Amino acid sequence: MAGTKIMDQEAIRRAVLRMSHEILEKNKGVERLGLIGIRTRGVILAHRIKDAIKAIEGMDVPTGILDITLYRDDLTLVATSPVVRETHIDFDITGMKIVLVDDVFFTGRTIRAGLDALVDFGRPAAIQLAVLVDRGHRELPIRADFVGKNIPTAQNQDVQVILGESDGKTDEVVLKDAPENNEGGLNV
Amino acid sequence: MTWKHKHLLGLQDLSRRDIEMVLETAKSFKEVSSRDIKKVPALRGKTVVTLFFEASTRTRISFELAAKRLSADTLNIAANVSSTSKGETLLDTARNIEAMNVDAMVVRHSSSGSVFLLAEGLKCSVVNAGDGCREHPTQALLDIFTLQEKFGRIEGLKVGIVGDILHSRVARSNIWGLTKLGAKVTVCGPATLMPRGIEELGVDVCYDLNRVLKQSDALIALRLQKERQQDKFLPSMREYSRLFGLNQAKLSEAGDHLIVMHPGPTNRGLELSADVADGPQSVILDQVTNGVAVRMAVLYLVLGTKTPA
Repeated sequence: MAGTKIMDQEAIRRAVLRMSHEILEKNKGVERLGLIGIRTRGVILAHRIKDAIKAIEGMDVPTGILDITLYRDDLTLVATSPVVRETHIDFDITGMKIVLVDDVFFTGRTIRAGLDALVDFGRPAAIQLAVLVDRGHRELPIRADFVGKNIPTAQNQDVQVILGESDGKTDEVVLKDAPENNEGGLNV
Repeated sequence: MTWKHKHLLGLQDLSRRDIEMVLETAKSFKEVSSRDIKKVPALRGKTVVTLFFEASTRTRISFELAAKRLSADTLNIAANVSSTSKGETLLDTARNIEAMNVDAMVVRHSSSGSVFLLAEGLKCSVVNAGDGCREHPTQALLDIFTLQEKFGRIEGLKVGIVGDILHSRVARSNIWGLTKLGAKVTVCGPATLMPRGIEELGVDVCYDLNRVLKQSDALIALRLQKERQQDKFLPSMREYSRLFGLNQAKLSEAGDHLIVMHPGPTNRGLELSADVADGPQSVILDQVTNGVAVRMAVLYLVLGTKTPA
């Protein structure tokens, strides 16, 4: 099923570049800045932001990987335990300004789990949120600091972010009518 | 990739894919144990009971820590203080504990197959922590996890298992698991302690430890179970130690590529000399560390399965 293309490769590239500038602007540079991507596509986006910041400021920002599976609030509801993947944060987040990165911002439950997971690793000075797509329908009082694109959607629609690194296809964001199975996962 | 087993009774019942899934999941859980805050909320509100009818420190504590690091509540019951010492049957004891709304029972019992009786008679998940001479699946899983970590693969790996194969549930679980993952297993030990027909499980039998050492990538030395030696299987402990005990001289002759494992507790000087147990080729303490991660993975997977297996 095709769906409607909301963003193409160029639009995604520009959005990531703009968000990178905004992150630097808000945090006044890269000092004590850290990026943490939420598996799977948040990790790719975090690395793209890292590369963009490197190109802009010439500095490397520490970047980590977060798997939020163990912090999900629906573990008692799903039929089988979802697959757990590794979390990899090799820097101390205490006192840092952490930008959490994800692809689609929907109910806010993934981010809630991400926040709980992060505080188990230390006490950041601040946590900010960067998302490529904000599709609305929040179920928790959480907002994003940096948004690639706001997309008005209906509850039952599905936003698919396709990125070269994980999907082996040209980058795009597609809006589909009937939701497809996203690896038996959570509504993000 | 989904997990469909409500219980973990043995590696005989698992597919290669299942075993690989436990290993993958354990990798993620190992990271949790390395954090400052060694706890994740995955099993919040679940209750895990360890019910042990045989002595154990390592396995019981490992399961208890695994459950606690997943935020489950734990309760430990040792046989000598439980009502079975007053004559209650195993199933009755287990059913009474289950009646207090327990989600998983981790059981060790001296009778082979006892975990099947419990799995049939109980509604909660049953995890085998050693049943008689049959299986000790989590030990084999942590052994395989450790091998995978050290060698980066299991397929094609040559693993020797030396000791009392006859009584060893660790050996049997390892044979099931390792052969399913494509390792080449050779068992070694006194002929009196070698079960007849063990070759049918797909292993080689060799009675010469030096030869096994030369051809293996890893050697699992089993504990000589003194409590199961009443029937005079061995002429003397000294003879056993001379022929099947591993010391530095034998190990050095075989080369320094080999890693040495032991499920613990070790009889120092009997199956393993102190310099080997503490030497650079020993990964015994890595096994213990990995045991917690593997048991976290097992509890997470069996407790996450709603549909009966």
